Amino acid sequence: MTARALPSRRDEAWRYSDIDAVAAAWPLPAPEAIVVPAGGDFRRAIVQDEGAIRQIELVLGKGATASLHVLNIGGAYGRIELAVTLHEGADFHLGAAQIGGGEQNLEIVTTVTHAEPGATSRQVVRSVLGGTATGTYLGKVAVARDARQTDSEQDVKAMLLERSATANAKPELEIFADDVKCAHGCAIGELDAMSLYYLQSRGLPPAEAKKILLQAFVAGVFDGAEDEARLQELALAKLGELV
Amino acid sequence: MLKIENLHATVAEKPILKGLSLSINAGEIHAIMGPNGAGKSTLSYVLGGRPGYEVTDGSATFNGQDLLAMDPHERAAAGLFLGFQYPVEIPGVSNVQFLRESLNAQRKARGQEPLSGGDFLKLAREKAGLLKLDMDMLKRPVNVGFSGGEKKRNEMVQMGILDPKLAILDETDSGLDIDALRVVGDGINTIMRRPDKAVLLITHYQRLLDYVQPDFVHVLAAGRIVKSGGPELARELEEHGYAEIAA
Repeated sequence: MTARALPSRRDEAWRYSDIDAVAAAWPLPAPEAIVVPAGGDFRRAIVQDEGAIRQIELVLGKGATASLHVLNIGGAYGRIELAVTLHEGADFHLGAAQIGGGEQNLEIVTTVTHAEPGATSRQVVRSVLGGTATGTYLGKVAVARDARQTDSEQDVKAMLLERSATANAKPELEIFADDVKCAHGCAIGELDAMSLYYLQSRGLPPAEAKKILLQAFVAGVFDGAEDEARLQELALAKLGELV
Repeated sequence: MLKIENLHATVAEKPILKGLSLSINAGEIHAIMGPNGAGKSTLSYVLGGRPGYEVTDGSATFNGQDLLAMDPHERAAAGLFLGFQYPVEIPGVSNVQFLRESLNAQRKARGQEPLSGGDFLKLAREKAGLLKLDMDMLKRPVNVGFSGGEKKRNEMVQMGILDPKLAILDETDSGLDIDALRVVGDGINTIMRRPDKAVLLITHYQRLLDYVQPDFVHVLAAGRIVKSGGPELARELEEHGYAEIAA
């Protein structure tokens, strides 16, 4: 990955990136490599609260499980890139939230390769964006020729607090096997005006009402996370800055 | 307590209220009845400050304050409660959490100390009991998966907890079966029938008024109050229909 030339916007995976910030960080250090042995279980919570490009290569051996929770909130440009390879019967779960305002550019870019049969992957990503911030999710699920009975899901939603913010969401499937299930859904929207009014009619000031709705929007992604309480708290504090 | 004068309001630039005047004193219960499309719900939303409901003329004061100049949450803190005809479902937000934060936001605006978690739960349990709503439902996300009747009872539980001075109840009786109607009627009486409080009931039917006796009944038609009277007016309407009375 690092041997490559500096990417440009013509590279699909860097299309929405802050290329100046990428150039400043280039060449990137080698990605962090994590190998979960057959039958192993790996869990981690990642909070990225300052500008950084973080690359992780994760390989799950036969029957291994991994659960990753990501909160991407910080810095002018924050990118988290995951390359996950699943061997037979492995299970990968990603719960991620990115919350940005001002001119922040936040990205979560994943490639999940189902290399062998019977593996499952589930990605849940929520973005909340205000100001002129940009939030991007590019998620590729690649199913290899023999990886029958793959079961993968991408559930991607973004909430724009102002019309000046941008959300990009691209679930991508590359399937070379039969008998697979690859679900993907994505939605970009705004806070529901009637819900907001209902909460305010009970006495909540607008900022508090928004915060409650956004908290509910984001909350589910951290269910069962290592350090769930801390992630929720940090997410809430960041949401408080945006409303 | 509430004084509405010559109120004109539009929704999406369409005039709905056309010179409505109404005065409600503390200790009174008023009922507004009227045919579909008369502007009943519009009146409740205008008084509740819902965005998109534009006041083009007239005034509304609430205990001497200019109601129309206040934001929805300020109206709530001043003691106004709006019972929704269609209570909103809010997934992921628990009833008790949002009610406690709402109540404490109101108390803060009034310069009162916040209520502790324990005291709040005690209050919530008491009001839920009054409306025969299971406490577990109050812990669930706001109105999600509630039946029509449960939503309306939840509105009344909220009213009990928030303890407003003036409640505007927009078709709180719609969607209720006979037993639930009695429970809700009793709830309204227990919570709101006090010398320092007032209620504006918006309804289509006489039914609710059997349980919550109004002091005054008004007929709203084509954006104005066309007739006012005592409780007997509601029975007349029931008998003869709006067409004859409002004509």
